[in-house]
Amino acid sequence: MENLYPPIVDGKSVYDLDSQKYLKMWQGPQHPGVTGNMSLELDISGDQVVKCKAHVGYLHRGFEKLMERRRYINCFPIVCRICVPEPDTNEYLFAAAMEDLLGLDIPERAKWLRTLNLELSRLASFVMWLGGQSGAFGMGTVAQWCLAHRDYVLDLFEEWTGARIYHMYMTPGGVRGGLPEGWDAHAEKVLDGIYKLLDEIRHVMFNNAIFKQRAKGLGVITPDMFDRFGIVGPNVRGSGSTRDIRKDTPYLIYDQLDFEAVTEQGGDVYARAKVRWREVYQSIDLIRQILKNMPRKGPLHITLPNVLHLKVPAGETYVRAESTRGEYGYYMVSDGSEYPRKVTVRGPSYTHAMALLEHLAVGVNTADVAGLMVSLHTYPPEIER
Amino acid sequence: MMRLQDILSPFYVWKRAFEKPFSIAVLSAPRPGSPTYRGFHQNDIDKCIGCGTCAEICQNVSIDMVPVKEAQDGDSGLRPRIDYGRCCWCALCVDICPTGSLTMSNAYTWVEEGLDRDVRETYCYTPGADPQPWDDEALGYRKPEGYELLHLERVPMPHLAPGERLNSFVEMVKGYSHELAVQEADRCIQCGICTATCPAHMNIPAYIKAIREDKIAEGLKILYETNPLPGVCGRICTRRCEDVCALSHRGEAISIRWLKRYLTDCASAEDYKALLESEIKPLDRKIAIIGAGPGGLSAAYYLAGMGYAVEIFEQNAAAGGMLRYGIPEYRLPYTKLDQDVAQIAALGVKFNYNACIGRDLSFDDLYNRFDAVFVSVGMFEPYRIGIPGDDNAKVISGLQLLSDVTNGVPVDLGRRVVVVGGGNVAMDAARTAKRLGCEVTVLYRRREVDMPADVEEIEEAREESVNFIFQAIPLEIKTADDGSLSFDWGKAEMVQQKPGERPQPILIEGSRENIAADTIIAAIGQGVNYLWMDGEASAKIELKKFRVQADRWGRTADTKIFIGGDMFNPTADAITAIADGHRSARAIDKMLNPPREN
Repeated sequence: MENLYPPIVDGKSVYDLDSQKYLKMWQGPQHPGVTGNMSLELDISGDQVVKCKAHVGYLHRGFEKLMERRRYINCFPIVCRICVPEPDTNEYLFAAAMEDLLGLDIPERAKWLRTLNLELSRLASFVMWLGGQSGAFGMGTVAQWCLAHRDYVLDLFEEWTGARIYHMYMTPGGVRGGLPEGWDAHAEKVLDGIYKLLDEIRHVMFNNAIFKQRAKGLGVITPDMFDRFGIVGPNVRGSGSTRDIRKDTPYLIYDQLDFEAVTEQGGDVYARAKVRWREVYQSIDLIRQILKNMPRKGPLHITLPNVLHLKVPAGETYVRAESTRGEYGYYMVSDGSEYPRKVTVRGPSYTHAMALLEHLAVGVNTADVAGLMVSLHTYPPEIER
Repeated sequence: MMRLQDILSPFYVWKRAFEKPFSIAVLSAPRPGSPTYRGFHQNDIDKCIGCGTCAEICQNVSIDMVPVKEAQDGDSGLRPRIDYGRCCWCALCVDICPTGSLTMSNAYTWVEEGLDRDVRETYCYTPGADPQPWDDEALGYRKPEGYELLHLERVPMPHLAPGERLNSFVEMVKGYSHELAVQEADRCIQCGICTATCPAHMNIPAYIKAIREDKIAEGLKILYETNPLPGVCGRICTRRCEDVCALSHRGEAISIRWLKRYLTDCASAEDYKALLESEIKPLDRKIAIIGAGPGGLSAAYYLAGMGYAVEIFEQNAAAGGMLRYGIPEYRLPYTKLDQDVAQIAALGVKFNYNACIGRDLSFDDLYNRFDAVFVSVGMFEPYRIGIPGDDNAKVISGLQLLSDVTNGVPVDLGRRVVVVGGGNVAMDAARTAKRLGCEVTVLYRRREVDMPADVEEIEEAREESVNFIFQAIPLEIKTADDGSLSFDWGKAEMVQQKPGERPQPILIEGSRENIAADTIIAAIGQGVNYLWMDGEASAKIELKKFRVQADRWGRTADTKIFIGGDMFNPTADAITAIADGHRSARAIDKMLNPPREN
């Protein structure tokens, strides 16, 4: 493995700006080619990136610290805000960590509804990402389609949970309500639309000469990098690995669903895009399976001890789930008081957007940096929780 | 590998040019939120009790409780005002609302014209009080079925079985165990609506919290701040706090009384002793208290705590008043009362028993010897039924029976007992007679719903197979040939005489029925005995409709004389008497204003 960082000679970087051979270029924090509010400090030579430094912190809202000063029930509405495009993983993990420490088991029907919620939010996140990936390579049309279809999924969420983005649905102890009447039919219509959209995307994105030319061979992740950079989710599955929390350590009712981890060979931007595109098919299939097999009657929620002064027994736990970006984890420590002593959010974007991106960007054409960055599917808010 | 298809395929996008656009024109045709959308709040302002639980759970502190109505029992008069600059639409406020008054509409647009208002005022409103277009919107978020943050059901209190109870005067309520008490205390949402309603304004949320956290000594201290008879009140309090408990609107009220009882039951002798540890600086002022009932005891406790030399004059041989002589032992064991009295005596209060003012001592004497007099003689003069034959020796008062049982006087009621009345004394007398082995029938003028007795008491009396005859008006009592009593009564019908008033029982013309009895117990109310107002000192006191007139501090026309308890307040229960005593103690202190070292 070559040295990650450029050599320093006599206390100075070899990429000496004064030599006028190199240029420093900032991509972000306000730039259409970055995913959310973060920035890349690029040293470029000609068209080539010779050094990349990722800067985060523009979106820091201090969620973990806020939680230490809030009662458990009051953490529930803020955790979803840690990740905007896919908030439900946070809701699920916070609730699951709390339930684990309290030693609670939630009703069966709530488990199915939670799985449905998680899968639907994965679907929305992937669809939005497909648009982002295509937009980063200059194809804004696909981005428009994808955002429109994501909005149709948000319509489903709105009907079901009463909110479009932050659903605040998986409350500790269960879920807040069942599916409204006629929801299944509406969902089927939306899924059908996305199914057709995927085919259109195949035409204009995966069969597109320009996309192929730019994406193939770009940002290749090799198996030796998996553990070194802590690569998870579609990023690792694009390189042939089958790492998938839903299969490896099934949670909720994933063990009752019929699916296989989606993998592609190649490890480049194209392969990762293909994984995500195929995972949308998988999500549609899983949602249909859930709607078919889900129990329609039964309790949705167990009443917790009074949430206004709920004390969680002292202890610690780590729970994880497969988000669209890979392993998402919550490490929760309770000291037995009414407030969580510490909640650490393990967002998969942290390693992907910083160490991995800094590594992969070297040698890349400046115009492809945006495409490369999006291909790692990073969401800055979960880096700076 | 590049193929020709890869060059042509992207032109597929042109297909979309002939299709309908995804976007919709929101401005020309507003899109309503979904039927369960979490939009702007609505509040049923008459259902809301201003408990502030919504503000308590709001993690963004976006809810302020602002005055909207006049406060009254069970309603703080405050209503939630929501700041939409802070609200995150999580709807926890809706979920936890104990009355269910707070909901959300599906409206999500609000255009506020002109920003000349204070920035803290913009996008804020009090739902229900400030009219908004979505006030009557039927759609929007409601708490879903089957999802509940509150525990609406009470932890059941273990009781003795009805059959078991009748054999003795053993206390029938067993009391909460530690586990049950903590479980019940956990239900409390600490809104404090109860505190405002309690006549003594006991800090109920604080002592419930102490139970939850297993801090018994601290809880006991909180009790004694406002109530020096907690052991008694934990058993027989009329608990108006529970009537207004926020949880009672959709579920069952917290068992506040039983929790108080739990605290006093599990407090150790050391805990009680610890309360006496703070040093009291004696003052050169003497206070006389007439009557050792809850009012007198309460005044004595707080005055003695301030350093006054307090002497109590009690006509009976033991302290407690109605608590001892009017409440049967199965509801309030004497040992518990003795414990509370001993705690008061430990402060240095001097008790003079068998000292009836007007009979054994003169009021003038007290008036001259002491700096102030607090009178709380209660109501010990039973009313008579007022029908021919009610002067028969076998017609006794409920109070007579209860005090005889307390004093250990043997009572012979015969086999058949008829109780006349529908209040708590009637219930106590009936159930005491039942425990003495009699067949008991209760006669009441009105319907069951009109009975002033506690619902629990009525239920328990039923469980103990006491018979009830409602809408029965006593007519005449005659002596039968065998020496037993023949009681004539007539059926009444309920007539609404004036709108808004409760219906009156009117005898149905010609109705006359008869019931045989060995003893008839009259329990239709009591009056005040004014024996103590004998001399010159009490001449200034004004009487109106047989009641002593006093201001809200219990101060009579003679500023040295204060009154309290049943003879003064209209509710005539122990907790109000305790509140009266505490209040008059402060008033007396203020009036005497003795010099104090800092």
